Amino acid sequence: MTGETYPTHEKRRGFKNKVIIGVIVILALLPAIPLFLILINILKEGLRALSPGFLFHLPKPPGEEGGGISNALVGTFFIVGLSVIIGVPISILAGVYLSEYGKDSKLAEVIRISADVLQGVPSIVIGIVAYAWVVRPMGHFSALSGSVALALMMIPVVVRTTEEVLRLVPDILREASLALGVPYWRTVLKVVLPTGMVGVTTGILIAVARIAGETAPLLFTAFGNQFMTWNPMEPMNALPLVIFNYATSPYEDWWRQAWGAAVVLTFMVLGLNVLSRLLARRIAGEK
Amino acid sequence: METLPIIFRTEDLCAYYGDFMAIKHVTISIPEKQVTAIMGPSGCGKTTFIRCLNRLHELTPGARISGKIFLRDEDILKLDPIVVRRKVGMVFQRPNPFPTMTIYENVLAGYKLLGIKIPRQVADFIVEEALRKAALWDEVKDILHRRGTFLSGGQQQRLCIARALAVKPEVLLMDEPTSALDPKATLQIENLIVELKETVTIVIVTHNMPQAGRISDYTAFFYLGELVEFGPTAEVFTNPKDPRTEEYLTGKFS
Repeated sequence: MTGETYPTHEKRRGFKNKVIIGVIVILALLPAIPLFLILINILKEGLRALSPGFLFHLPKPPGEEGGGISNALVGTFFIVGLSVIIGVPISILAGVYLSEYGKDSKLAEVIRISADVLQGVPSIVIGIVAYAWVVRPMGHFSALSGSVALALMMIPVVVRTTEEVLRLVPDILREASLALGVPYWRTVLKVVLPTGMVGVTTGILIAVARIAGETAPLLFTAFGNQFMTWNPMEPMNALPLVIFNYATSPYEDWWRQAWGAAVVLTFMVLGLNVLSRLLARRIAGEK
Repeated sequence: METLPIIFRTEDLCAYYGDFMAIKHVTISIPEKQVTAIMGPSGCGKTTFIRCLNRLHELTPGARISGKIFLRDEDILKLDPIVVRRKVGMVFQRPNPFPTMTIYENVLAGYKLLGIKIPRQVADFIVEEALRKAALWDEVKDILHRRGTFLSGGQQQRLCIARALAVKPEVLLMDEPTSALDPKATLQIENLIVELKETVTIVIVTHNMPQAGRISDYTAFFYLGELVEFGPTAEVFTNPKDPRTEEYLTGKFS
């Protein structure tokens, strides 16, 4: 009826609506623009460096053309893997404590605040701490010290996500287990943790994606290495270190390779993020 | 009633949540291999009462119990709660099969979760027996290795009954086991309860008066945490002694 009485009014309202929606969509796209610019830029500069040899060969001495980043690829997987081994068990235990035992106690509150504060510590400071704790007593740089630094960075993330995920496990499942005469600790281990496992894994992936690209904590811990090594007690190369060292070098070929390494690292982290998103969606779907 | 053997006996049982007294001085004797219905309006302590019987009540922060609860001649408040819960199983308001486990594993959960190893053949036997008792075997015998959460609500609830029966409890506590189910599934569970009393004592909390009338042998009526009336169901329903029971039964309050 109103349409018949005020046709122009109706039209103008529809037009306004479209304009506002258009503006909102454009504003919403703005944050995505830098990401695409970065990706385009990296790909433009980096794709030239990419080849099977780049991924599977060792670096050549300065001044010589060619060579690859195989040692840095291995190093990144090694250092990050070792930091997962160091950091994840501690984090899961702490998360279990917060969700199942500590709950609203003073100690639990202190742990939560500590985790939040640790998460806010600048990564360069974490690197210095790992230097003081591991590098100085050992007397030399090592992959292990780098892993300790990265573990310190992932712990707060995994602790808090583990706690949140376990809190989402319904209490009626705990009671079902307890009512069967199962002790609480076994209930936590065999019912609560397995039920929340997908969520805990998602938390670990998010944390790994965060630390895989960290440079500052590795600068004076893992340090970098032109050669391949599998020894955690030796200095080791890593993708962020390659990018940092090559980009600040005077050799044009190394700049090119720094871009190549940037492509590899960016897409690794991107892949991890997408994977954790998919897992998170699976949890949401189960609910 | 005096002639029937008694399995559960409480003496001056009081249950608290912090300062709040949810169960007030309840003394009751529950006969063996019978269905005893616990009735009463919302918030009268029905659920709290049965949660005392398997000592789940004390898991709530600030909750405690005073008085005595005897299972046969043993005071269960002096036993390890884990021992008590092996003898006194429970089925909850909402079906709660373990989502990470298959139907088969759910039935065996009472053994698996405790780390008790049982030979394959014995396990197969326990699973079949429990599922048959829970009237679920025919529906799931071909899908034993699928997740229990794929079943319908009524099937899930019977799976939970099978899980409780698999550890061979003496008593099965049921906390409004049909309140989340449709009428057809409710009827199946009711028929099942009547069959089960051959082997196990059942204490069932129910909001549903006709249901209590259909399935129970004894009825206890709770009001504001007190046990107002207890006796054979037919007597409590037709000739209640306490005016509060009568008012509840005639729908004056709920």
